[in-house]
Amino acid sequence: MSTDVTVAAEPTAHAKPRVAVFKMASCDGCQLQLLDAEEALLELAGAIEIVNFAEATSHVDPGPYDVTLVEGSISTAEQIDQVKGIREASSFLITIGACATSGGVQALRNGTALEDHVRYVYPTPAYIDALADSTPVADHVKVDLELTGCPVDRGQLLASLAWLLQGSVPRPPTTPVCIECKKRGYVCVVVAKGEPCLGPVTRTGCGAICPGMGRGCYGCFGPSQPPNTEALARRFIELGMRPSQVADRFNFITGYAPEFREAAERLDAVAAKEEAPA
Amino acid sequence: MTHRSVEVPVVARVEGEGALHVRIDDGEITRLELEIYEPPRFFESFLRGRHFSEVPDIVPRICGICPVAYQFTAIHGLERLFETEVPEGTYELRRLLYCGEWIESHMLHVHLLAAPDFLGFDSAIEMAQKGFKPQVERGLRLKRVGNDLMAAIGGREIHPVSPMVGGFSRVATARELRAFEGRLEDALAEVLDVADFVAPLEMPAFPRDAELVSMVNPLDYPMNAGDMASTRGRSWTSAQYEDVSEEVHVAHSNALHSVFADTQQPYFLGPLARINLNQSTLTPVAREAAGRAGLGAFPDLDPFRSMAARVAETALAFEEALRIIRAYEPPDPPHVSVQPRAGRATWCTEAPRGTIYHRYDVAADGTIEEAKIVPPTSQNLRHMEADLRAFLPGVLDRSDEELTRYAEMVVRNYDPCISCATHFLRLDVERA
Repeated sequence: MSTDVTVAAEPTAHAKPRVAVFKMASCDGCQLQLLDAEEALLELAGAIEIVNFAEATSHVDPGPYDVTLVEGSISTAEQIDQVKGIREASSFLITIGACATSGGVQALRNGTALEDHVRYVYPTPAYIDALADSTPVADHVKVDLELTGCPVDRGQLLASLAWLLQGSVPRPPTTPVCIECKKRGYVCVVVAKGEPCLGPVTRTGCGAICPGMGRGCYGCFGPSQPPNTEALARRFIELGMRPSQVADRFNFITGYAPEFREAAERLDAVAAKEEAPA
Repeated sequence: MTHRSVEVPVVARVEGEGALHVRIDDGEITRLELEIYEPPRFFESFLRGRHFSEVPDIVPRICGICPVAYQFTAIHGLERLFETEVPEGTYELRRLLYCGEWIESHMLHVHLLAAPDFLGFDSAIEMAQKGFKPQVERGLRLKRVGNDLMAAIGGREIHPVSPMVGGFSRVATARELRAFEGRLEDALAEVLDVADFVAPLEMPAFPRDAELVSMVNPLDYPMNAGDMASTRGRSWTSAQYEDVSEEVHVAHSNALHSVFADTQQPYFLGPLARINLNQSTLTPVAREAAGRAGLGAFPDLDPFRSMAARVAETALAFEEALRIIRAYEPPDPPHVSVQPRAGRATWCTEAPRGTIYHRYDVAADGTIEEAKIVPPTSQNLRHMEADLRAFLPGVLDRSDEELTRYAEMVVRNYDPCISCATHFLRLDVERA
């Protein structure tokens, strides 16, 4: 994490830190991780004041907030204004999940004609208002901390709030899933089964769930730092995959993250040359 | 002329974002619109061109509360098209994962979303802080059993990773699942206490002349498999779904509404529909829970009874989970290889909030060419508006604040999941 993270606004003068949760375009899964914290949520509620969390409470508070969690991607013009307002009202802004940090699975539409998608899904396209691209929150406002994952990991989320309560800035790891597999003694799915796995280029945080369940990682925590996507793509091609198939591996749940986007674009260019229909 | 306008700008404690606009002229509702402003995400569109094997990882992202419903509707439909013979025991293990999702979703709704309404609190957190801590903790404990079952089978409870076309990437061991026996036995006893907690909650009487719709299955209470039926004698199969039900687009909603194609009338999906239409397969403790929670003689068409139906179905899910776990032998192999073929895949399953329908047109190499996904909440939207039109005239003399609370309660009967209906309530009441 960069060292220029500072607490933007003055803390509010309340006894308990005021925490708000907001949602943009998303499935609610990351907020649900907070609701699913159950007992921890009640305990946490003793240490903080949840002042805005539409999924959990009817109470609405206009701010200011000490810590704000934002779920979801920016996909309408209205959301750009909304997220700017949220930023202004927030001392410390955390984006949670793949949608908020890299545009989400709905960013699979990015770079294609919005009109085609609108017309495909909706009988009356004129009723629909959306931006061409689904983008991460950090494309629009300064973000103090990004917690990736689809969904975000509950442990990481609670630990981050606990760190902030203690006055420290959390630093989630950016090392690849492979490290987690080794720690847990999981058999490597690429080596043992010849299955494509994005673990070598995906940041840890999930607990290596997919290899633990006998399958390859599909990258839902986004790129590790720095990811060697070229070497991994070569390996997948050696396993017998076509470049276009490898491109689809990167162009998936976190496909709009710059490192994965570049990898997919590179592979698509190769595919256009090599896989052209005869 | 007197004019009053009431806005509920954000309907809280629902999954997603929506708003309600009501205009009242001379004591009559002249405009009522449930607006879904959750931005469209175009899943059906970007599924086109993807490989069928990716679908179980894409579609759960439509909804973090019922990911399993999306996964299995797609998986069962594709397996039927490909004539895939899954290993013995796969159906039961899938049903067990589905039980986990019903338990977590229903207990979340009853305790965190709905109960605060009837006790006069803003949230379950406030409920816990002001005298209802044991009840909230019990609800969360029961919910956790569902979450943990999902994680044991799926790797995680939100967007499980093991379900695939052809089986599971890994199946739980008998030992891992038997570890749940004790907790499930305790949960079965406690869920009856939840029924007793729900029973005395004061709810409006609101019997509706409605047509309720759910899957039916003579063998077991429908989750993953069955045909369609309604309380007025309609019956159809998943392959006929789009002939019977039609989606309509209205200006005020990013979610499509559903109506019966022939009558253009709305219908009502969910736990109340299921329990009305599936009396014969209701399990013993579920039947007892239903009675104790206040579900009287069937048919019972009062949408406010949905909460009792959720408690009964939670009991059923605990009973089913116990039965499956006690007889469990891990499917071997965990999955079979799948040979795609061209054609149309259709299927329905019962998500916690009602029937969900998927259709995929697939190319010979397994590429998805067309996709259609009809989630339960969008099918229910038209019926929610009808309920509001029927209910609100009785409480128009109340303050805007009370009116808002009533409107939200009526909507919350459906446990709407607006992210999948694509999000929920902003009330705006105009009174003239």
